[in-house]
Amino acid sequence: MSAHDGSLPPPPSRFEFGASEPLIFEQHGRANTYLPDGRTLEEFLPKELLRDELALPDNSELDVVRHFTRLSQRTFSIDTGFYPLGSCTMKYNPRINDAMANLAGFRDLHPFVPDELAQGALALMHDLERYLAAIFGMAAFSLNPAAGAHAELTALLIAKAYFAKTGQRQRRTVIVPDTAHGTNPASAAMVGYNVISLRSDSRGRVGVDDIKAVVNDETAVCMMTNPNTLGLFEDHIAEIAAAVHAAGGLMYYDGANANALMGNARPGDMGFDLMHLNLHKTFSIPHGGGGAGHGPVGVAAHLVEFLPTPVVRREGDTYRLDFDRPDSIGPMRSFWSNFAHAVRALTYVLANGGDGLTKISQLAVLNANYLRVHVRDFLETPYDESCRHEFVASAQKLKRETGVRALDLAKALLDHGYHAPTIYFPLLVPECLMIEPTETESKATLDGFIAALRGIVEQAKADPEAVLATPQKTVVKRIDETRAARQPDLRWMPPAV
Amino acid sequence: MPSPDGLLYSKEHEWVKVDGEMATVGITDYAQQSLGDIVYVELPRVGQTVRQFSSIGVIESVKAVSDLFTPISGEVTEVNPALDADPALLNRDAFGDGWLYRLRLSDKQESQALLDPAAYEKVIAK
Amino acid sequence: MYAPHTDADIEAMLAAVGARSLDELVAVPQAVAIRSPLEIPAGLPELELYRRMSSYAARNGALDYTSFLGAGAYRHYAPPVIGTLAMRGEFLTAYTPYQAEVSQGYLQAIYEWQTDICLLTALDIANASVYDGATALAEGAIMAVNATGRRAILVSRAVHPNYRAVLHTYARGLELAIEELPVANDGTTDLANLEARLAEGRFAAVVVQNPNFFGAIDVPPDDARRVVEGSGSILIGVVAEAMSLGALVPPGKWGAQIAVGEAQSFGVPVAYGGPYVGFIAATKAHMRRIPGRLVGRTVDADGKTAYTLTLQAREQHIRREKATSNICTNQAHCALIATIYLACLGGSGLRRCATLNVERCATLVQRVTGIPGFTRAFSAAAFNETVIRVQRDATAAVVLAALREKRILGGVDLGRWYPELADCILMTATELTTDEEMTALCDALAHLAVGGHLVGA
Repeated sequence: MSAHDGSLPPPPSRFEFGASEPLIFEQHGRANTYLPDGRTLEEFLPKELLRDELALPDNSELDVVRHFTRLSQRTFSIDTGFYPLGSCTMKYNPRINDAMANLAGFRDLHPFVPDELAQGALALMHDLERYLAAIFGMAAFSLNPAAGAHAELTALLIAKAYFAKTGQRQRRTVIVPDTAHGTNPASAAMVGYNVISLRSDSRGRVGVDDIKAVVNDETAVCMMTNPNTLGLFEDHIAEIAAAVHAAGGLMYYDGANANALMGNARPGDMGFDLMHLNLHKTFSIPHGGGGAGHGPVGVAAHLVEFLPTPVVRREGDTYRLDFDRPDSIGPMRSFWSNFAHAVRALTYVLANGGDGLTKISQLAVLNANYLRVHVRDFLETPYDESCRHEFVASAQKLKRETGVRALDLAKALLDHGYHAPTIYFPLLVPECLMIEPTETESKATLDGFIAALRGIVEQAKADPEAVLATPQKTVVKRIDETRAARQPDLRWMPPAV
Repeated sequence: MPSPDGLLYSKEHEWVKVDGEMATVGITDYAQQSLGDIVYVELPRVGQTVRQFSSIGVIESVKAVSDLFTPISGEVTEVNPALDADPALLNRDAFGDGWLYRLRLSDKQESQALLDPAAYEKVIAK
Repeated sequence: MYAPHTDADIEAMLAAVGARSLDELVAVPQAVAIRSPLEIPAGLPELELYRRMSSYAARNGALDYTSFLGAGAYRHYAPPVIGTLAMRGEFLTAYTPYQAEVSQGYLQAIYEWQTDICLLTALDIANASVYDGATALAEGAIMAVNATGRRAILVSRAVHPNYRAVLHTYARGLELAIEELPVANDGTTDLANLEARLAEGRFAAVVVQNPNFFGAIDVPPDDARRVVEGSGSILIGVVAEAMSLGALVPPGKWGAQIAVGEAQSFGVPVAYGGPYVGFIAATKAHMRRIPGRLVGRTVDADGKTAYTLTLQAREQHIRREKATSNICTNQAHCALIATIYLACLGGSGLRRCATLNVERCATLVQRVTGIPGFTRAFSAAAFNETVIRVQRDATAAVVLAALREKRILGGVDLGRWYPELADCILMTATELTTDEEMTALCDALAHLAVGGHLVGA
């Protein structure tokens, strides 16, 4: 029990596996001496401009080290174990990437240094943009957007600017198949566009005739993921793109699943006009507990002028940031890019090369199919055909027979030392488990995961209560989400003075 | 729980109890069951004029956020003061203590567009 | 390549899935198949990769320069222990903590971050962070629009120009109107006509920044605050330099219902602009409008304290087109760095650091304005940066170019955003700025003034 429950926290020097860790605010120590002491604020500024209290406690450095080390030990990560979270591409994050991002020439470079003193950084951004354009078949990329959802918004703003410039402001409809990612409709709403949801066909794909039936002169953008969130390749993508283009709309590629494609197919060749990438997925940037990500946007030639500001221009052997772009949608963030992540992504591209990236996608597909052909022995796989980098299984039959749901399988996997797959997404598959192993996992790891999941399903049939009671081995058991939402406790409060 | 007599229902799973010029509005037991644990309700303001079938608030459960549509037009005269502190009232007693708001009807004819208990039972049986 | 498969593994796995080759397994329809191999150079062994990446870094000449740059990205001292802890693999390679039972550590760290931001801003709630200061402002403005139902924002011209530019980008999408408040002679926001402008009740929010882009402490006086409140508009306080919160009266105490800002100063490297970490804090009334993730404290099945993502139903992946924002990620790792930074410095360390910034900036002002031809452009009190006006015939660009010849980055040329301030330089001093660096700057400026470089330029 922590102080939250009224009892005293354990002394900070004692470590007990599974014990609650007190909040940093509940521990107090002597202030550390990082900075020279000297004058007082009151010598420089009138009192009414100064704050009268600051309730942040002081902590000795050792207490801080123990606190955050313990928090790290209560956190599952790729470095801890297998993380088959569908559509999140939890691959190994090579440490050379971080070492390169931490080079002083990158780390300490201020965004307002003149271009001539940042030539290495500008060349790096330029080279990464060119490589991404080559890998995905687009005319140009911008590194400006900070993350995938931010990039989606960027791309829709580009579409909106394009339609405004070409006198087609009536185009305000976005078509989103049910096999797309959940962010797409929210992004559309942020540019004032309406969303039409499109049901996929019995094969889990978008039907060409279904697209033809909904496109018209109000169609702005069709947003698709390929392979889609079922892990299936949209094999009629060229005809779909032709139908959208014939109606005057733009095709947008959500690059969340790009790890399936490199060296094999390119969104540009499929007819996509706009796309984003999640560099923190395909290009091995660490997710860091949910960010920072990095979401470059790529465009076909007719949309380059609308890219966010600034863009990197190459002139002979020199590079500069170009802010003078009248048709640009404007900047999407404070500064030019998530530059440290661009360093990581370029490091990854150069480490692997064209052949390596091609092989990466092939092995990601191989790993997913290997899991699929084993998991289908004990769970339904509603779209049972060769998948790409991920696939979906369903616990619907199991739930009917035993009461054990996808959620329960996920929690039971935690007890076996694996992270759970993505669950209940995509929405069109009931009791869905979406499994993406990535290429960096070995056959032995996959075999171990298959055995664990098979064992859980067998246990569900023999003793469902045992599965419903999981997890048991984690530092906390199932969490009272209802209480969290009904009585929100979103911060620690200092004791009343 | 069966849908009580004496109430009218909308396809969006709200109920209305008309009492002369006034009406009380809530959500049905079926709605609270589908939503799961309700954690928050955003209601219209007292004095606000609401139009039949328009979105006038939000119900949030652990799983989902749903728009609240008013089944009937009028001027809101009272909102249930207990829901702010105890949204679980909606789960416990959707047809009673979990009522949402009261309004002064602007057009009594509108109730013809609503369903009787039998018709509503058919809607939720689908 | 970081895949572990042996050839034998690949063969066995291909057999299991019933494919003859990897090429067959990944084949796509001919019409959309790639036509030639990727035009990317062959992969490099790590030693050569290290050299290649280092050669990019070496071409960034700026590191050999003495820097007085700030303007929204600040150099501060970060104790090495922060990097040691933040770079632990468990933090670095975790995903968003969806499975709370195995993510208690990260969730608790985010809860501590939320608390830090609440304590620093003197507001009730804070989210798990957003991309950066500029996007925090855009999201804060959307909160105000949703809260008031109004579709115009009134923003001070002394708010960071990049933040205002991003606000305009978002506003074009949402079709919001953005209007500006002028700057007064002392460098603070001119609120003289505020009452008249708010009279129509069109504005969802009034946005001011403290310290503002000119380094001036820019806290709206009580009567202006009452005018904003009386008009039904929301006061949004922008904090582009979070270090100032160690010293200055916080936004929650000067009437801001929403505070947005940038916490890069808390241990996050300047890194040519990103990633940084934006924050949004607000009064309790806005709890269900605050975008992005929120971590809450609750209990588990045994009644033990536990943390989880909460109020998620508002979020884009469930609410889809009715979501209040499309944000998925937070800047968890940067927020973690900031949380560790604040734990290390503590309240007294943060106050000491803020005091040093004020002292360094005051010293810089005193020394630079002691040179003939260089004056303070604005009289308002400063935190750690200030605007220096160069003598009458010169421009900031000419002075900065001359300083670069002495390997000094003297500051930011305000003419870039404010044509009427083309003779003005925004100069920044932090606890890292030494007396020797100031001497080098002042010697160079004195040389310019005496040598007459500036005249007729």
